[in-house]
Amino acid sequence: MRPFLSIRNLSVALKNGGLILRNVSLDVAVGKVHGLVGESGAGKSMIGKSVLGTLPRALQITGGEIWLDGVDLLSIPPAQRRKRIGATAALIPQDPLTALNPTRRIGPQITRRLVDILGWTKADAQARALELLEEVQIADPARVMRNYPHELSGGMRQRILIASAFAAKPKLIIADEPTTALDVTVQKQILRLIADMQARHGSALLFVTHDLGVVSKVCDALSVLYAGKVVEDAQMRRFFCRPVHPYSRALLAATPTYTNPTGSLMPVPQSVIDAVEREVVQHDRRWRA
Amino acid sequence: MMYRIENLHLSLPDMTRKPLLGAAPRIEILKSLTFDVPKGAVLGIVGGSGSGKSTLGRVMLRLLEPTAGSIVFDGTDITHTDEVQLRPMRRRFQMIFQDPMSSLNPRRRVDGIIGGPLRLHGLDGLRSRVDEALDMVGLPRGFAHRYPHELSGGQRQRVGIARAIALRPDFILADEIVSGLDVSSQAQVLNLLEDLVRELGLTLAFISHDLSVIRRLCSRIIVLHQGLIVEDAETAELFTSPKAAYTRELLQAIPLPDPDQPWD
Ligand SMILES: Nc1ncnc2c1ncn2[C@@H]1O[C@H](COP(=O)(O)OP(=O)(O)OP(=O)(O)O)[C@@H](O)[C@H]1O
Ligand SMILES: Nc1ncnc2c1ncn2[C@@H]1O[C@H](COP(=O)(O)OP(=O)(O)OP(=O)(O)O)[C@@H](O)[C@H]1O
Ligand SMILES: [Mg+2]
Ligand SMILES: [Mg+2]
Repeated sequence: MRPFLSIRNLSVALKNGGLILRNVSLDVAVGKVHGLVGESGAGKSMIGKSVLGTLPRALQITGGEIWLDGVDLLSIPPAQRRKRIGATAALIPQDPLTALNPTRRIGPQITRRLVDILGWTKADAQARALELLEEVQIADPARVMRNYPHELSGGMRQRILIASAFAAKPKLIIADEPTTALDVTVQKQILRLIADMQARHGSALLFVTHDLGVVSKVCDALSVLYAGKVVEDAQMRRFFCRPVHPYSRALLAATPTYTNPTGSLMPVPQSVIDAVEREVVQHDRRWRA
Repeated sequence: MMYRIENLHLSLPDMTRKPLLGAAPRIEILKSLTFDVPKGAVLGIVGGSGSGKSTLGRVMLRLLEPTAGSIVFDGTDITHTDEVQLRPMRRRFQMIFQDPMSSLNPRRRVDGIIGGPLRLHGLDGLRSRVDEALDMVGLPRGFAHRYPHELSGGQRQRVGIARAIALRPDFILADEIVSGLDVSSQAQVLNLLEDLVRELGLTLAFISHDLSVIRRLCSRIIVLHQGLIVEDAETAELFTSPKAAYTRELLQAIPLPDPDQPWD
């Protein structure tokens, strides 16, 4: 049986030819959390967008398969694909500052999807929204429903996006750096909450983050991405005990920890970058041949 | 002293409870804060989401006017100074924002982004000042002609830093500037800030929820919780013997990159 989400040899390119994702494969089973790490621009968000069918216009999928709940999304007509995705998957977007509409109050932004897409009554949607805001530890949900986004702190906005992602009880959640704007205590509550909701709904979770500390707490497995190529795919524990790829080891060395205040921070060394760049070039050659 | 802040209060109108006629009731956001920032210090400001860190930053830079208390910047009381009188001082305190993409004008090239504030403050020798700022943040001078979308997240963040330091300010407030960056870019930006503090004699206030980063960079730390300072301590002391219950809670919640760390 296929895992709930199974990405096989996915390639994405700019319409002018530049490669963005190079033969990416990864699996996320029901009830599992799969981490996606890698530096800025590595293509983490584009993997999520490929699954959700929301790639920017300049990009297109040039090969591969995306199996969601037993169906290859890339082999069915677009209308059918959108319907399946809408009913199954939800996104916690990366940028809480721009993902909310600044001119609308919070309440309708959470309830709209429930009412418009899933046909809930306004009252039911309203009640569900209040309940979700409470679950993400928003202190005064009734007030916040009437707030505009600019009246809330960055972390509050991020929690609102988490609440709306869970509103429709999705089976697949793509969380794109869902806790970057949160302090550690709220982050901890939210990560537990995400794990909780996930266990309750039996969702599969693709978790994009650059925080290896978070990975070690929530993920069952992870893929390390460099320039759109998976350089290491590992079970979580194995990754931290025995990272195989030099780039993975360099990432671990660049992670600051408060328990090691004197250790100076090492950005990924140029020699490691050069080596992994060569790997990417070789991959492209083989692929084109 | 770079900053001397006493009994600082700030309340804002709660527009969600505004009656049809009359004034909205006010919510208290900062409740009597007192602290100093010595010259050349790197002060860490940590605290929960919604505790008032960004608001405190905006008040220190007088983008908001305090409701009560006082702010003294380098010997000058700026608590209620009006905008006209503030303008010549504004160059001396700068802010770097969390989100490099939305704080950089997408339609301007890097040289315009860095040069804009210089022109606004009537500084001459624009070209050389822009080049110098790019050198200081370690970006090639050729980047002057790029647009923000042609830069990586870490590079954009450095443009934000270059824009602030080009004005040669005395004080910079950095609001969560590394939380969106991958660890490698994070390390580069932190090393850069450290060098700038040393070389330019900058005073820095660094807002972050990441205590690992704060420990690396800051000499003193204040912990905000619900608009109050619950702890004000030297960095080493805060980590070895935290006094406030909330500080202990924060420390225990930090996820270390270690699957065996107890985290419950
Ligand atoms: N609209 C676009 N046009 C052209 N290139 C794009 C576009 N959007 C993204 N890219 C490119 O695609 C690549 C992958 O971007 P992506 O957003 O997936 O990175 P990421 O790993 O999510 O990085 P971050 O950690 O900064 O969010 C980058 O090199 C980026 O420059
Ligand atoms: N314009 C405004 N109107 C009403 N309330 C506001 C306004 N701006 C901020 N607040 C409130 O002030 C409080 C503090 O917000 P602030 O943005 O300073 O928090 P923060 O500590 O920076 O949090 P975060 O870590 O999430 O960024 C929040 O409860 C927020 O809702
Ligand atoms: Mg991304
Ligand atoms: Mg803030």
